[in-house]
Amino acid sequence: MKKSNHSVTNNIRKLRFDSDEMTQQQLADQVKVTRQTIVAIEKGKYSPSLELAFKIARVFKSPLEEVFSFKPESDKP
Amino acid sequence: MDYNERKSIVNMLSTVIVLGIYYWSVFERFDSLTLTTDEQLQFWAKAILIAIPISIVAKIVVMIIFAISNYIITREDLPCFEDERDKLIELKSTRNSYFFFGFGFFISLVVLAFGYPPKFMFIALILAGIGSEIFDNLSKLYYHRKGV
Repeated sequence: MKKSNHSVTNNIRKLRFDSDEMTQQQLADQVKVTRQTIVAIEKGKYSPSLELAFKIARVFKSPLEEVFSFKPESDKP
Repeated sequence: MDYNERKSIVNMLSTVIVLGIYYWSVFERFDSLTLTTDEQLQFWAKAILIAIPISIVAKIVVMIIFAISNYIITREDLPCFEDERDKLIELKSTRNSYFFFGFGFFISLVVLAFGYPPKFMFIALILAGIGSEIFDNLSKLYYHRKGV
């Protein structure tokens, strides 16, 4: 699971791998963003909008919580 | 380094070079003239107004050359749309550049208030203008690299 600067983590890389090794460009085309945005989300450098998060989850046919998770700063040790 | 990062760097360099050369020639001309205060104000107003179309045309030409050379070197197609991240980066960078220009404007008023000639006020304004453009591109570069 990729760790984010914004306490939002995601499983996109793993889910892409499980979806016949889908490329970042293929995912970007399906959710209508640039490949750089997918790269930034995977690296945890950008937290997507709720709409984009749902679109990504829909591509992987997974619930949102399986793709993204949120851990507040106060929960960290 | 992706297309947007390269574009920010090219934009920044073209601003510094084009406006730097233009204002250098303006300052040289200004120093060779003997003008009254009213004429000085008119001179600087004309100089700044002329700088606007010059920078727009220069930016268009530089971007066309950049797009062609970028394609020849990388064989990458240009991004044909802006997504939500690009728009957010654009917004934050514009905000930063406005802060910078606002500060420069404040300094130009302070310079005038302390009794310096109008020339120094316009120097502060011009530097604020060029600086805000540089700050805008640096912000874009930062947000593209470090995240937004």
